[in-house]
Amino acid sequence: MPRVVVDVVLKPEISDPQGQAVLGALGRLGHDGVRSVRQGKHFVLDVEGTPDEAELREIAETLLANPVIEDVELHLPTD
Amino acid sequence: MRIGVITFPGSLDDVDAARAVRLAGAEPVALWHAEHDLKDVDAVVLPGGFSYGDYLRAGAIAARAPLVRDVVDRARQGMPVLGICNGFQVLCEAGLLPGALTRNGHLHFRNRDQALRIERADTAWTQDYEAGQRIVVPVKNGEGRYVAAPVDLDRIEGGGRVVVRYVEGNPNGSMRDIAGVTSEDGRVVGLMPHPEHAVEDLTGPSTDGLGFFTSVLKAVVSA
Repeated sequence: MPRVVVDVVLKPEISDPQGQAVLGALGRLGHDGVRSVRQGKHFVLDVEGTPDEAELREIAETLLANPVIEDVELHLPTD
Repeated sequence: MRIGVITFPGSLDDVDAARAVRLAGAEPVALWHAEHDLKDVDAVVLPGGFSYGDYLRAGAIAARAPLVRDVVDRARQGMPVLGICNGFQVLCEAGLLPGALTRNGHLHFRNRDQALRIERADTAWTQDYEAGQRIVVPVKNGEGRYVAAPVDLDRIEGGGRVVVRYVEGNPNGSMRDIAGVTSEDGRVVGLMPHPEHAVEDLTGPSTDGLGFFTSVLKAVVSA
């Protein structure tokens, strides 16, 4: 069954306190080279038949992400 | 006057909201999120809580519930709608109000009595207040930080859409201390603090919240 992946992250201009907390923990663990952490969501959808890109884009942009504050990336199966 | 209070799976404050409606002198009408039935109400309150466990994003799944689609249609025709806390999150997710609510800046749940300034005393839900009035009502949230892109915030401020602002301390890192906003026509209002918990001396820090529920009585009559 074709697998579609959707990644959602906060827009760059929206601050991400969870990512900042992770960055702080990395610093305390000695990982000084990490400059920024942005936390997001990763959705894995198994779909029947040939994935309909327009429908999947609608799903990604109207439910999985909130376009007011989040950017979304749709990854269709490559075969 | 009939004011509906919607219950979603995970709603917590629907009973208090119905009580505030009754104390204001209206008849509270229980509405269920999964039905296409607004039961001839004149206005609707979306209460606080954790609808659908805040899964996906707070309010995201509730905003797609059958009854909320009906509320959106009626709101666009001028029916007054109030969203409190989770209800505010639902109204933003449903596209009735601008902006979004995200995890508190300090990452902690915050529960306290909160001072607010009424910025707009001419909406359907705030006309019993005076512009600039200070009120105190409880605030309790983990995902109450009001955010939008800077250009959108300028548009929200410029359009006079901010209804209430946090004063004497911002409980969650909301941008520009915004605690609540309204729709362009002033009929839909959403706020994170809880006016329905401040309607009786016995149980609240004040009775300052009652004005939201008495205001709408006049708004419905004058509509």
